[in-house]
Amino acid sequence: MGIRTLLSMKKGGRATKRWAAVATAAAISVALAACSSGGSGGSAGGAIVAWGTTADKPIIQPSIAQWNKDHPDAKITDSYFGTNDFKSKIKTAVGSPQAPQLVYNWGGGTLSQYVKAGLVKDLSSDVTSSGFLDNIVPSIAAIGQVDGKTYALPMSSTAPVVLYYNKDVLSKAGISEAPATWDDLLADVKTLKGKGISPISIGGQSQWPYLMWLEYLVDRVGGPTVFQNIIANKPNAWSDPAVLESLKMIQSLVKADGFAKGFSTVSADTNADLALMVTGKAAFMLQGTWSYSGISSIDPNFVKDGKLGVAPFPAVTGGKGDPKDIAGNPSVYWSISSKASTAQAKTALDYMTKYVWTDSYDKTVLDQGSIPPTKDAATKLTTDFAKNVDQMINQAPSFTQSWDLALSPAASTAFWTQLSLLFGLSETPQQFVDNMNKTIGK
Amino acid sequence: MVPALVLFLAFAIVPLVVAAGLSFTSWDGLTAPVFDGVANWVAQLTDPVTYHALWLTFQVIIFSWIVQTPMSLLVGVFIAGKQRYRALLAALYFLPLILSSAAIGIAFKALFDPNFGFSAALGLSFLKQDWLGNPHLVLYVVIFIIAWQFIPFHSLLYQAGVRQIPTSMYEAAEIDGAGRMRQFFSITLPQLRNTIVTSSTLMIIGSLTYFDIVYVLTQGGPGYSTWLLPIDMYQTGFSASDLGGASVLAVLLVIIGLIIAQLLTRLTGFNRMSSEAEGA
Repeated sequence: MGIRTLLSMKKGGRATKRWAAVATAAAISVALAACSSGGSGGSAGGAIVAWGTTADKPIIQPSIAQWNKDHPDAKITDSYFGTNDFKSKIKTAVGSPQAPQLVYNWGGGTLSQYVKAGLVKDLSSDVTSSGFLDNIVPSIAAIGQVDGKTYALPMSSTAPVVLYYNKDVLSKAGISEAPATWDDLLADVKTLKGKGISPISIGGQSQWPYLMWLEYLVDRVGGPTVFQNIIANKPNAWSDPAVLESLKMIQSLVKADGFAKGFSTVSADTNADLALMVTGKAAFMLQGTWSYSGISSIDPNFVKDGKLGVAPFPAVTGGKGDPKDIAGNPSVYWSISSKASTAQAKTALDYMTKYVWTDSYDKTVLDQGSIPPTKDAATKLTTDFAKNVDQMINQAPSFTQSWDLALSPAASTAFWTQLSLLFGLSETPQQFVDNMNKTIGK
Repeated sequence: MVPALVLFLAFAIVPLVVAAGLSFTSWDGLTAPVFDGVANWVAQLTDPVTYHALWLTFQVIIFSWIVQTPMSLLVGVFIAGKQRYRALLAALYFLPLILSSAAIGIAFKALFDPNFGFSAALGLSFLKQDWLGNPHLVLYVVIFIIAWQFIPFHSLLYQAGVRQIPTSMYEAAEIDGAGRMRQFFSITLPQLRNTIVTSSTLMIIGSLTYFDIVYVLTQGGPGYSTWLLPIDMYQTGFSASDLGGASVLAVLLVIIGLIIAQLLTRLTGFNRMSSEAEGA
């Protein structure tokens, strides 16, 4: 209620009060009407509702428009939200009768939660018969599966995490190539520091860039099974020697001043971490392939003049993991709500398998400078950067999904805090392990 | 009365009762809530993080009051003057008031960047600190930014308060030979008693629920350095999907808020609401 209404009530007589009451009642009924109309609009026939995030809107929207043109009797109504808004909205909606029939998700931990609660349909037999998965990179298709059954199909670009470097800075410091092993990286850190250059840029304030170092190190030291044990909720899975070893390696890199001074105040959300590398104040940066467009926008000449270097994460000598393994965001996925009627499920499945990863769909993704998760993507890529990354994706024996998406919500909340304590040297690796063990099964 | 009552019921009482009910359930936000007795209460009240969050919240309340009250009072008294340049300055001072907390948070994040922020812009290397990353510094940085955001609002209250003071009081004081300082302490300050109480109440209760700006700036980090009670509530509920546990924290916040508000009104005699303008 506005201050105006309050004032008029105080001063005015009975008539004013009545008008205020009418106005308030009207406002409430409008608000209520707005709430109830926000639900599913497609209860009749095969019409369905899809919710996505604005990040993927440019990819999704044209294909839905095409579908609606071809199927006026089974339309898809699409709405888009900011990532965080979407996460909180879907949390309450997915179990309710207002659930969208096409459920946008990141696979992994959230998906297996949906599967456990019986909220999404098993698509295994449908996708086997349609052959949709034949053209998808297997390590990416695997993220949409729970216990060997397919519940989700990839529909967005794939974005692994890679080691970016500034070629100019490296050559000025007398370093000829990207570090092949962790020991090489430590040697480079020493050399760069000697020349007064910050070795590694990291957006510590945003917390999530910390994760990239840990997920790669654990994979290099102990192989992909270490994290698989963690998400399988095996008791004390965080106590694996590979985790402890990786945590120690991170802290010794921090103690060696490997990360640019003040790194825990640098925000990755404002691209300040990219700027540090592009401007030559730092040499290396571990980030997702989505940063490529950010780098180009900070300084278009940086890429054009061949100053941008891209390399896989260094190998760890004596480690069990394959140095070709990658980590990052495999894709974003569509699932079908188990509340969808037979006709609605058919609409959803036909759209997911026949209107996604068509030539025009690929083109939208490629035009963004992103990489489709399909096996034949290589022939369509134009930039050296994309070709390089695509090669890494296709050769990777395992694609570890960003841990935060694979972990349960309770574990990932604790994880962010523990990571920032670890990088801030405020706790020991053993304390990290003990605290994370407490989240197993929660 | 009726519309106000309906709104109060719908947006204050009903959510409160629902939260109290949910605090006795285990609910992940996906499936139906399941009653599980006092388990959430035991879990939250035995968790050291809850007490840490409570302690941080009290620090924010105390420091915010100590920083904001004298500043707001001085700015408010200053801009209550009728001169043109003061009106101009007042407009500038009020600028933070019209910005959203999220915008302020993002702007300060960029300003505090050690490589491209104000330290680089001003070329002062001692300003190149780990402002938001140093666990011993970050709480004070947050308190500073909150003060920057809210001092304009409280200045506005004081400005209005000062303008209510009858000029005859100052005229009389001048005839009696009182200087500016004497006038401030003997007339302005006592006359602003109710304004001080109002402003302090708003400040203290507001500090209890600061969320947006802290969340945008630090998300409660690094580690638990800015893990205030409202942040704890949000992280427990919406990040960790433990809405039962978050409801416990919400109820705790309400109880603490009510106790503080009660204490304040009693201690200050605000409930008697006596006039300060006798004899004017």
